[in-house]
Amino acid sequence: MNLGLLVTVILVLAIAGWIIGRQRAVASVKGDIRKLHSLPGYYGHIVFLATAVPSLLVVVLWILVQPALIESRVANLIKPSDIPEGSSQSLVMADVRRIANGLDAVVAAGLPEDQLASMRADFSDVRGRLAGVGVAIGSNVSNSVFIAAKEYRSAIKSSAMMMTVAALAIALAGLAWSLTRIRPEFRARNATERFTMSLLIASSLIAVLTTVGIVASLLFESIHFFSIYPASKFFFSTVWNPKFGGGSDLGILPLIWGTLYVSFIALLVAVPVGLMSAIYLSEYASKSVRAVVKPLIEVLAGIPTIVYGLFALITVGPLIRDWIAMPTGLGNSSSSVMTAGIVMGIMVIPFVSSLSDDIINAVPQSLRDGSLGLGATPSETVRQVVLPAALPGIVGAVLLAASRAIGETMIVVMGAGAAARLSLNPFEAMTTVTVKIVSQLTGDTEFASPETLVAFALGLTLFVLTLVLNIVALVIVRKYREQYE
Amino acid sequence: MTVEASLFTLDAKTKARKTAEARFRLYGVVAIAVALLALLWLLISILSGGLPAFRQTMLTYPVTLEEAVLDKSGTRDPVALSKVTTVAYTKILATSLAAVIAEKGIAPEGMTDKDVADMISQESAATLRSKVLADPALIGTTIDFTALASGRIDGYLKGRVSRESAALDKNVSPVQLELADNLQKAGILDKRFNWGFLTAPDASDKRPEAAGLGVAIIGSFYMMLVVLVLSLPIGVAASIYLEEFAPKNRLTDIIEVNIANLAAVPSIVYGILGLAVFINFMHLPQSAPIVGGLVLTLMTLPRIIIPTRAALKAVPPSIRDAALGVGASKLQTVFHHVLPLAMPGILTGMIIGLAQALGETAPLLLIGMVAFVRDFPGGLPGGLFDPAAALPVQVYNWTNRGDPGFVERASGAIIVLLVFLVIMNAAAIYLRRKFERRW
Repeated sequence: MNLGLLVTVILVLAIAGWIIGRQRAVASVKGDIRKLHSLPGYYGHIVFLATAVPSLLVVVLWILVQPALIESRVANLIKPSDIPEGSSQSLVMADVRRIANGLDAVVAAGLPEDQLASMRADFSDVRGRLAGVGVAIGSNVSNSVFIAAKEYRSAIKSSAMMMTVAALAIALAGLAWSLTRIRPEFRARNATERFTMSLLIASSLIAVLTTVGIVASLLFESIHFFSIYPASKFFFSTVWNPKFGGGSDLGILPLIWGTLYVSFIALLVAVPVGLMSAIYLSEYASKSVRAVVKPLIEVLAGIPTIVYGLFALITVGPLIRDWIAMPTGLGNSSSSVMTAGIVMGIMVIPFVSSLSDDIINAVPQSLRDGSLGLGATPSETVRQVVLPAALPGIVGAVLLAASRAIGETMIVVMGAGAAARLSLNPFEAMTTVTVKIVSQLTGDTEFASPETLVAFALGLTLFVLTLVLNIVALVIVRKYREQYE
Repeated sequence: MTVEASLFTLDAKTKARKTAEARFRLYGVVAIAVALLALLWLLISILSGGLPAFRQTMLTYPVTLEEAVLDKSGTRDPVALSKVTTVAYTKILATSLAAVIAEKGIAPEGMTDKDVADMISQESAATLRSKVLADPALIGTTIDFTALASGRIDGYLKGRVSRESAALDKNVSPVQLELADNLQKAGILDKRFNWGFLTAPDASDKRPEAAGLGVAIIGSFYMMLVVLVLSLPIGVAASIYLEEFAPKNRLTDIIEVNIANLAAVPSIVYGILGLAVFINFMHLPQSAPIVGGLVLTLMTLPRIIIPTRAALKAVPPSIRDAALGVGASKLQTVFHHVLPLAMPGILTGMIIGLAQALGETAPLLLIGMVAFVRDFPGGLPGGLFDPAAALPVQVYNWTNRGDPGFVERASGAIIVLLVFLVIMNAAAIYLRRKFERRW
């Protein structure tokens, strides 16, 4: 049974359960609902929940777990001798899946199932048959791979069948069990509320699970990486030179340098612009100007980063190359630290300006009145009273913006280039941690080589770096805000 | 001579302070101008680069589907018909075009048959082939066919290719450009609205003229569906628990700090999480909208929980007290009274969260949402497990290709993406305005 149908059937069962549950409750007191403990609807609710929730949970878990189980079972059928020179188990498994899908098409094109079961790769032309239904296989299919593919196909089929049976059985069991419990004195509301409450708590725990997932996946693979590549070389080497054949130099320092350099230029653009516009908007601008300009600046934060990336690639990059870098002889590449930095600075402006604006507004009016009353001009008040009072909060805002800049990916992928180098010249292409995470993980490489696993170590570094910045920033902002309350 | 300080003449120091004041105000105005100009520059650059993608150069002329080439046996046997490759169709398109050119006498000097054939996109032969296979009765007749012009000819009409650049380009010659001018005058070649850009799947990196966003739009739609179905109930449930019921203890403290931190984790880290957990550990299919949707859900959840909690907090306690006072249970209070009142705020937060998820690229790049798919992914829900592409990732993918025609496509795709975002944000603003209330 296909998934959509299964879910529909379960939901129909649950809704029918709701109606029957309610009716049974009303019938059990012969229509006098004052004798029921709860409102009749609650008797329906509990049947609905008992029918739908456990069975849908089973379906979801099954879908998440099934591929891993089948994969490992089928992988056992493939002997090391079946893996061609220069290939890997995962590539062979990809072939297995492709053949399995192709077999479905072959059957759909008119081959009887029993004939397929007796088909052998060494006697019949499997590759030709698959090509006939539009599935291209690179090399000839060895028999054990073909058997694995057949096994894979039947495993998927039987697993889907078992899931359907299990889910329906659980739904029916839940339905029957909850219906038998309906009596006038059954505390249906309390039961429903306990059930709902546990769903609410489970939902909030997903945030914790996500964090555990992030930390575990980063740590697990990073430990794997450090077991085959020395940590001291990773953290202190100044050479980044991954090679596919092995023997790579994977020093993080040039990447960290590029990341910090780009972020620094971004802040150089964003802090003055963001801060001055926040000051103007909160101290000088009229209400109507503020109502128009503030949301317009915030639009900058809502634009997807891929848009900024394309902007850097097709507009800012060539402009900087042709007008600044080439005439001064500082560089001739359209992707440079400067390009990525400026564009990222534009993106970060609203982060600085909105938060600074909030913080400047939180400075009590009495401080301004005092300063103005002593004869200071508005700008003197801002510079000598408001800004010092707001300074910790502004520092927090800048740190938050910095963490955004450090973790930003698409702008640097498209604007900064891919060359890892330690250089002071901002018109040269450099690269960042996020760029390298993307480039190390988007190839067709085996997941056991240090060249791929290094991405997880880079990710861990990035995660820790931004986390520390965020926490420090939040602590500063929060601490400052409490001062005037 | 010293000037006495007076009310009517300013002394030097006051003047200096006044200019300092004016300068400071100017800095503020300049800063705002810089920010707004940057926004304007960004939008103009994307719009001017991308709008041409919505218009495409096409050739409309009568094509004679010769029986001798397409169906040698004359039996209209589908198996025999499907053996005829696109090469034969390319030839038919080319000879028909050459015939039209000869008839009108507009062939420029030095034009070869191959030059004529290269004016037409390879993609058109495939289109014509599937048209004939769908309706074999067409064979032997002459039909009016609209073929895509090749990418370089399209670039010429849009000003990307000039006679000078064509002389250096091995894919196009100045003679072809002259013919294009003549054809345009004869009304055979023109630019028209390009539906294919919105509906067609991606094309190979030599045929920018045929590349479309169809698969990417469907892939993005499926992912948004997953995000919506998962993150709305989970996000609202988590917010309700944390805002209304959570006791103050170690566990809920951890959850709260966690959510604040998750909202600030770089998006690419979610990509690593998805790759490690969903693909390497659970072996869910790569490039499938279900995986992309799950990753984006995890990323969007904290961004939904924060505004939802704010919306719940904004409902005044008096509403809760009144409900509790007439005997409602705590859950009844929340579900019957607080939640409906907070719904507009929740929906606004939800739409904005979805809009952010729609534009997210980096995590999807890691889980490989760049599948090159010629056929549209299957219908719901099976399509959730088929390979697909996503809008922003398609943009990135196109920018990595050599042909300059793809840059135009990428900008065009961004316009489509921005249109979706504007619609979503407008809906959010409308909801906020419509249901805004003061207690």
